[in-house]
Amino acid sequence: MSLRLRVNPITCAGHGLCAELLGEHITLDEWGYPVIADAPVPPGLKKLARRAATDCPALALLLVKEP
Amino acid sequence: MTPTVLPVAATTSGITALPRLLPTAATSAGATMAVDLAGHLTRHGPLPYRGRPRLLLDTVHAAGLTGRGGAAFPVARKLAAVADAGRRAVVVANGAEGEPASGKDKLLLWTSPHLVLDGVQLAAETVGSAEAFLYVHRDEKLHGRLRAALAERAVAGTDRIPVTLVAAPPRFLAGEESALVNVIDGGEAIPRFTPHRVSESGVGGAPTLVQNVETLAHLALIARHGAGWFRAVGTPVEPGSMLTSCHQADGTPTVVETAIGTPLADLLNLTTRVQAVLVGGYHGVWLPVERARGLKLSNAALRPLGAAVGAGVLAALPASHCGLVETARVVRYLALESAGQCGPCLNGLPRIAAALGTLASLNPDEGTRRDLERWAGLVERRGACHHPDGTVRLVRSALVLFGPEIDRHRDGWCGARSSQPFLPIPAGVPTGEHDWR
Amino acid sequence: MNTITSSTALWYTSRATGIISLVMLSAVVVLGVLVNRKGRLPGLPRFAVTGLHRTLSLLVVIYLALHILTAVADPYVSIRLIAAIVPFTSSYETFWLGLGAISLDLIITVVVTSLLRLRLGHRVWRGVHWLAYAAYPVALVHGIGASSDLRSGWLLALTVCCACAVCAAIGHRLAEAGHALPRPQRVAAVLSAFRAPAVTADRRTPAASHRKAPSR
Repeated sequence: MSLRLRVNPITCAGHGLCAELLGEHITLDEWGYPVIADAPVPPGLKKLARRAATDCPALALLLVKEP
Repeated sequence: MTPTVLPVAATTSGITALPRLLPTAATSAGATMAVDLAGHLTRHGPLPYRGRPRLLLDTVHAAGLTGRGGAAFPVARKLAAVADAGRRAVVVANGAEGEPASGKDKLLLWTSPHLVLDGVQLAAETVGSAEAFLYVHRDEKLHGRLRAALAERAVAGTDRIPVTLVAAPPRFLAGEESALVNVIDGGEAIPRFTPHRVSESGVGGAPTLVQNVETLAHLALIARHGAGWFRAVGTPVEPGSMLTSCHQADGTPTVVETAIGTPLADLLNLTTRVQAVLVGGYHGVWLPVERARGLKLSNAALRPLGAAVGAGVLAALPASHCGLVETARVVRYLALESAGQCGPCLNGLPRIAAALGTLASLNPDEGTRRDLERWAGLVERRGACHHPDGTVRLVRSALVLFGPEIDRHRDGWCGARSSQPFLPIPAGVPTGEHDWR
Repeated sequence: MNTITSSTALWYTSRATGIISLVMLSAVVVLGVLVNRKGRLPGLPRFAVTGLHRTLSLLVVIYLALHILTAVADPYVSIRLIAAIVPFTSSYETFWLGLGAISLDLIITVVVTSLLRLRLGHRVWRGVHWLAYAAYPVALVHGIGASSDLRSGWLLALTVCCACAVCAAIGHRLAEAGHALPRPQRVAAVLSAFRAPAVTADRRTPAASHRKAPSR
């Protein structure tokens, strides 16, 4: 089972916290909104991904389990 | 814009010939005359209720009916998903035709409301629903006609469940499924981001079947005449007929019912005065006229070109007009129709629209095209709905097809001879809160 | 002669932890108010701001527990534990301790809902989180009213500084919110900021319709 990050684009306000925590997996576009790599979260980043999801001030980052 | 009907086939052989959904030339003295309940029953016969949920599913599956609102999703699968949801479902007939170039749903609702309402009843029976809505853009004349049709049916006792008429706000996105659910639930016509499909949780949290009004009209005929009858026209993969909104190069808009797989050249007059064809509406793509001449109206034929039938909007752009200027006008309109909820769409579409406007002007800044292409990549697949994706699809096809025109503009030339806008856009873009309700 | 009995030790601890709680609560509120798109603290990444906000708020809970338990345990005045939770049930300083109980209840609500944020969803959590803005002034007034410590000297200066910092942060946030447009006007605002050149055909330069070569 792998994990994938998804953004709720409506609630995302572009705080940018997720990109600071997961720079390898998430970058910010020129307006400050996250662009997530089109790949499952690498195993080494799972802990940070969980933290990014719980710490997102808008709760707009979702961790989705994939079979 | 009031579209008019041009029946494409002689109707002497009865119901098997086209048009199936619209009034025939024989039954309607004026082409846009509305059919009352008695006339409807005379032509189509009584409403063939099946008596139990799910009984119609096999017939619809065999008919191969797909949604006519644009996505072409198999109707039988949607019906089954809602019927299987296990809770009391809601049915919504979606007549919110936000696309300014499309007129087929309005025309169908005006001329053949009873066919649509038959479809609502049959769909409701199939999914086991006791509540239905007819969702149509705010238009007093059309709403009056629909209220009259509902009243006729109440008197005649044809309906088993009540149908509530709901006004859709005058927005491009009002017909988007989650925006539609928001409006019926008393909110604004803005899309939602939910992990659940509308078929699982829609109006009031109930499993909701949202079908385009044309789809429901087809359903009403399939229930009467069967899958074989439906498949008598169209292609084996994409059977049946569909309504198309055609914009000829001379500016006349028509709504035509046609078999799927009909050559585009039969629907549009593709003379040498035409330079390009817009397929699939404002979320569609521009095709070179040389390609369009050999193409058929089906997703199988259009897919390799990155195009789709969509809601059946076709436009032949005359050579006298500048494709860049036309696309820039449309994209500006589309940008202003963004709900402004998602960061990439809110920031990207206005920039894309402005950049396209710059390319459409003379001697644009170097780098505009590069910016435009970068922004197009930044908005794609990053919205809660498909509005940014569809807008970018149109922009990309314009950049390819009108590439030579971009070069001319860079050198201070424009190929256009006419300054009249060609593609229809509603006058005055509403920006107030009330316009979303 | 200064003798520190067990009673006075409890009394001093209660007062000290109360003051520490107030200072940390002020910091929590300031950090919380600054967590938005533009708000940044120099040298601190955003996740550090939210992390500090959370850690400090959990510390506040610990210090408040000490503050209350020592006050209850102190035999000099009789305060029952229930009075710390149910407002206005204390016989000693009924009003001022009542305010303390109110702010404690609000703070606990805010903290617990924050710990359950993922389950509650953003909307519910955010709604409840607004209570923090009520909890802070109530706590401040409780501190000033219940003890004379904060009313003079350098502790008064500290209290004023705390209140000013919170007010400044809120004022900053409000000023920013004042610039935010209602949703239906946002797209048009971005578009007009770009001064898109005329896109209607009739507003193009005359050269267009005459196919004239440009004079460069």
